[in-house]
Amino acid sequence: MTVSLTGEDVQARVVGAIQGSIESWNGSDVWVPSGFLHEVCKFAKEDPELGMDFLVAISAVDYIEYFELVYHMQSIVHNHKMIVKTKCWGRENPTIASVVDVWRGADLQEREIYDLMGITFTDHPNLKRILLWEGFPGHPHRKDYLEPPR
Amino acid sequence: MPIRTEPVTVNIGPQHPSTHGVFRLRVTFDGEVVQDLEPVFGYLHRGSEKLAEERTYSQVVTLTDRLDYVASMSNNLAYVRSVEKLAGVRPPDRAMYLRVISAELQRIASHLVATGFLLQDLGAFGTPLMYCFRERERILDLFEMLCGARVTFSYMRVGGVFQDAPGEFWIALDKFLGDMPHYIDEYEQLLSGNEILLTRTKDVGVLTSETAMDCSITGPVLRASGVDWDLRKVDPYEIYDRIDFDVPLGTVGDNYDRYLMRIEEMRQSLRIVSECVKQISSGPVKADVPWLVRPPVGDAYDHVEGPKGELGFYLVSDGGIAPYRCKIRSPSLINLTAVKDMLVGGKLSDMIVTMGSIDINMGEVDR
Repeated sequence: MTVSLTGEDVQARVVGAIQGSIESWNGSDVWVPSGFLHEVCKFAKEDPELGMDFLVAISAVDYIEYFELVYHMQSIVHNHKMIVKTKCWGRENPTIASVVDVWRGADLQEREIYDLMGITFTDHPNLKRILLWEGFPGHPHRKDYLEPPR
Repeated sequence: MPIRTEPVTVNIGPQHPSTHGVFRLRVTFDGEVVQDLEPVFGYLHRGSEKLAEERTYSQVVTLTDRLDYVASMSNNLAYVRSVEKLAGVRPPDRAMYLRVISAELQRIASHLVATGFLLQDLGAFGTPLMYCFRERERILDLFEMLCGARVTFSYMRVGGVFQDAPGEFWIALDKFLGDMPHYIDEYEQLLSGNEILLTRTKDVGVLTSETAMDCSITGPVLRASGVDWDLRKVDPYEIYDRIDFDVPLGTVGDNYDRYLMRIEEMRQSLRIVSECVKQISSGPVKADVPWLVRPPVGDAYDHVEGPKGELGFYLVSDGGIAPYRCKIRSPSLINLTAVKDMLVGGKLSDMIVTMGSIDINMGEVDR
């Protein structure tokens, strides 16, 4: 059975290495300030105890006031998993650091979020639309997206 | 005068027999050798995730049928499991057995399609594909007995399944379980030692285990590279912990390993189904769940080992009757991450075979 690391254990481990990198935790989730996301992901992968060698999924949720990015990651070596969440503020041009250099598996997923949710990932090697075509107006997965009149 | 050469950029697809849907590869060739490539897709994008936000939890099941349309049962299973996790529902035992039986039969059907089309891409036109489809037909007949549909099943419900299997299903399933091993033997006899198949697939499209893990590859493609990671074993869901089966592993991670992986997984799936038939006991097939499910506010992610890899649903509930957000972790899309590593440096004809061995489904890539 894949063990789900509790938020408390994760934050204790991460805060020991990176000061102020955890906002709060609840159950199995930890919230990271968006500025620390890349650093925390890198640590989670390289730390021998956490050893998150496999990125499962990146999901983006539009909560109107902010976007929440959810990183599901797991360790194949230790057979455990954890969840990192971060809030991305602003609707005009929300920006967050890309984790492609940590896990290449983030590549297409970040492009998809950029395309459908309109979140820009800085330092992504090839950030462009993936499912929709260049020049498509708007980002359909946002809650305020309205279908253009036919 | 020296002869001038220059790289040529060619579009393979979107309509090409080996793209298994509408999929385009923009490839730069140096003669016959692939120098660079970029997958282009989205032609089948229907916005399933957005559509799910406008439907009740039970109605979304019909959308999941249309993701990976050759493995609808697995999609159903992944989705209803996520809703059950979100709503805190536990399906009755018999329902879980029925779900595992249908998901494993679906895995066989999906691997048959993958194997048939791989051979088709290799140039063995018609015969292997028709052999594979002959057996797939039997499985579709079984599904028709279960739920009346042959492609878009919507068999599973939050808290169980739509209805109990009829008596004729068990008779036909028993016959199928008796026949299928011989059919697989037949493929192996025809194909596995075939010299043409060996030369075309051995050491072609190699994916190392490090790259596979780094690129979040899952399913038979990951296991062909030698990584022992099968969700049915490492994180057993439904009733897989009560069943004894093996996880086949590859060594090299080439096209041949991926082909063998699917053949072996079909045998293991048969083993799982026969074990389920032995263990299944009578009882209800659906928990007492209302048609309008209202999960509490919160989020949940659950995954299953689909035929193509880890299929997961991340659901967010705001307490209403429809999901606030329904994100699909589609294995076919993420398995495309490493496509460049597998194809660059190879020949054009190998590219077609490798794409066939990755086994992507455009309904799932584009959603």
